[in-house]
Amino acid sequence: MAEFFAQHMPEWLAYLLAALIHCALLIQVVAVGALVFIWLERKVAGRIQDRLGPTRVGGKFGWLQTLADGLKLITKEDLMPEGADGLLFRLAPYISFCASFCAYIALPFSDGWVAVQLNAGVFFILAVMGLEVFGVILAGYSSASKWSLFGGMREAAQVVSYEVPLGMCVVVPVLIAGTMDLVEIGRMQQGWFTNWLIFHDPFTFITFWVYFTCATASVNRAPFDLAEAESELVAGFHTEYSGLRWSFFFMAEYGSMFAVSGLAAILFFGGWNGPLPIADWLGLTHANHPVLGYLGNFLGMLNFVFKCCLWVTFMIWVRWTLPRLRIDQVMKTCLKYCTPIAAVMFLGAVAWTYLFPGGVTGLGTPYGDRYLVEVKAPAAEESPATEQAGPEEKTAARQPASRQPAVKRSAAGATVARADHQKMFAEGDR
Amino acid sequence: MEPVGISHFMTVGAIMFVCGVVCMATKRNALGVLMGIELVLNGANVNFVALSSDFLTTNPARGLGLDGQFIALFVIVLAAAEAAVALAITLNFYNNHSTVDVDRADELKG
Amino acid sequence: MNWHTFFFLLFALVACGFAVMVVLSSNIVRMALYLIFSLGATAGLFFLAGADFVGAMQLMIYVGGTLVLLVFGVMLTAQGPFVSMKTRGGDWILAALLSGSLLAFLVPAAFSIKEWTNAPPAAAEEHHAAAGRGRAEAKVRFALTSTPAENADAAADESSTAALPGMAAQPATATRLGMGLLGVRVDKLEGRSPELQRGMSGYLLPFEIVSVHLLVVLVGAAYLARSKRRATR
Repeated sequence: MAEFFAQHMPEWLAYLLAALIHCALLIQVVAVGALVFIWLERKVAGRIQDRLGPTRVGGKFGWLQTLADGLKLITKEDLMPEGADGLLFRLAPYISFCASFCAYIALPFSDGWVAVQLNAGVFFILAVMGLEVFGVILAGYSSASKWSLFGGMREAAQVVSYEVPLGMCVVVPVLIAGTMDLVEIGRMQQGWFTNWLIFHDPFTFITFWVYFTCATASVNRAPFDLAEAESELVAGFHTEYSGLRWSFFFMAEYGSMFAVSGLAAILFFGGWNGPLPIADWLGLTHANHPVLGYLGNFLGMLNFVFKCCLWVTFMIWVRWTLPRLRIDQVMKTCLKYCTPIAAVMFLGAVAWTYLFPGGVTGLGTPYGDRYLVEVKAPAAEESPATEQAGPEEKTAARQPASRQPAVKRSAAGATVARADHQKMFAEGDR
Repeated sequence: MEPVGISHFMTVGAIMFVCGVVCMATKRNALGVLMGIELVLNGANVNFVALSSDFLTTNPARGLGLDGQFIALFVIVLAAAEAAVALAITLNFYNNHSTVDVDRADELKG
Repeated sequence: MNWHTFFFLLFALVACGFAVMVVLSSNIVRMALYLIFSLGATAGLFFLAGADFVGAMQLMIYVGGTLVLLVFGVMLTAQGPFVSMKTRGGDWILAALLSGSLLAFLVPAAFSIKEWTNAPPAAAEEHHAAAGRGRAEAKVRFALTSTPAENADAAADESSTAALPGMAAQPATATRLGMGLLGVRVDKLEGRSPELQRGMSGYLLPFEIVSVHLLVVLVGAAYLARSKRRATR
């Protein structure tokens, strides 16, 4: 986007404008998402509890209930406890919200539609979401209240503990895909739903459920929400927060829910690629026309957002169905169940990609042996093949209609890279 | 304004290093000393990453390349390990003396 | 003055400023918070220098792990209101002398090597143009359409006019880093030593040692910090 603007205005302004547009769009996602999800939560909670939920504000379904809630929160009195550390008390909600929002920097909403395409995108998202714990700790400490301190410490311990199995679960699709670049992982899964990484092998299937459990614990949603449960610790670390400050914590929580759902959607469920390649059937690809490609990407973005909303709804459903876990049960689940299962699944996925590099059923493309090392083959006769394979591999990957040539090209690239590796190892024997 | 080069990064690293050394030398709280150690290691990391960068110098082939990033990775990991042990020692000391003031750790004074 | 310089100044000021505030503050919790900001800005500096993986690792392990540990330690060792442990005046003067002399030695040393101060404007703009979505593809295209001979020539040539500085070396992707940690140096295939040319040298042994080291540290720290009866005053 910045290069597009740079043609019409000075370069520094082009980058500033592109960055502001990205930020504005992402803030819309978080803010509108929080709005919608709070309404959705109340509706789903109502239905599970055999009642209707909000039905008065804004028509029959209570669409504007969250808006009314927001107005109420903004007009509330801004309190701060007497013994509270002023700077830390005011700072904590913003730290949480910033950490949750920064995860969207590397989250792609469609093919190429990402604010910053990082080579280590998955890692960056995990790292930044792990910073949310500081907002919790600071809020708990600076509130000068025992409920807050205990709630904050417990929640921080829980989030930090669950980062370990979360990381291991995330590594499994990264291992299968061969890259941490989320856009690449999404591109790999285009076509039919059999290309989705969750259906790649049974280990990845189980890994997704462990990932979902760890992600639910990592954003402190029930049944892992001991730290902020009303019946346990009044309200945990945000007991002393009211009004807009509290709503920042809430927006951070829903933003994190959407972000981990987005990560699940891209890593396991194909991201913006639907179960059926409708965009290709309708001809909405870049090869036909840039505008049609844009429409295809837009369709992909709607697909992605739908999947995220699906998993957020699932989290809401689980919250209102299962009872809450105690803190010792929470830690036991992490250390005794999630971590060993994730480790075993990792081993299983490694063994699977080693034993069946081309996939088992023949459905989908063989992603098991996809090498992304940009090593140039030393032999001169192989260089034309690699030259063609390189730039074309990327464009070919966008056209699932040419499934066979893409396989051949990526296989060619893979064989070149593999031949290169063999050459490296063979030379050692001389 | 001249473009940013390795030297500017090394200045930042030097300032962080010096702040860490002062922290280690002057803080009476054991955890303050620990924070000084973290600052020292980060100053060194900034140097390593700057020297290994392709974008900050005219001749990146003479730089550290990926080696600098490897070293930075190992420093980060080892700093985490050392912080864990130092905190364990501090907690042990706190359990025995009910204070983390390093000036009170003088039982071996002759 | 372009965005690269602006963000470098921003991150550098935040990192150094909060490092100085760590030194000057006496409230241990505030010191931890300032340290968090300082290390976060350092991660930003790593991203600016093109080390994406190291920057993400700094955020995850250093800021998100080590500092959480530190903050937990702060919370656990503070009973009641924080006793303010102030440093005596004499210590401050000594520390100021030491630090001043060290700084006066390090900064001119940093600026003394000509190669380190000269980054031509083209490098910064090419970095801009390569940043963002097109970056990975530009690097791949360049790396794939040039032979190692060209790379070696460009590297050996002091006044290289062919390649811009950011593109002469190969990109530091996570794949290359991972391969290097496993002992295969795909970035130094045209290196000088025959081992590097075979791709066999690397950080496999340190990687294994660090792994075992972390296990030992885990066990040792868990043992050392186990709860015992607190000593009575």
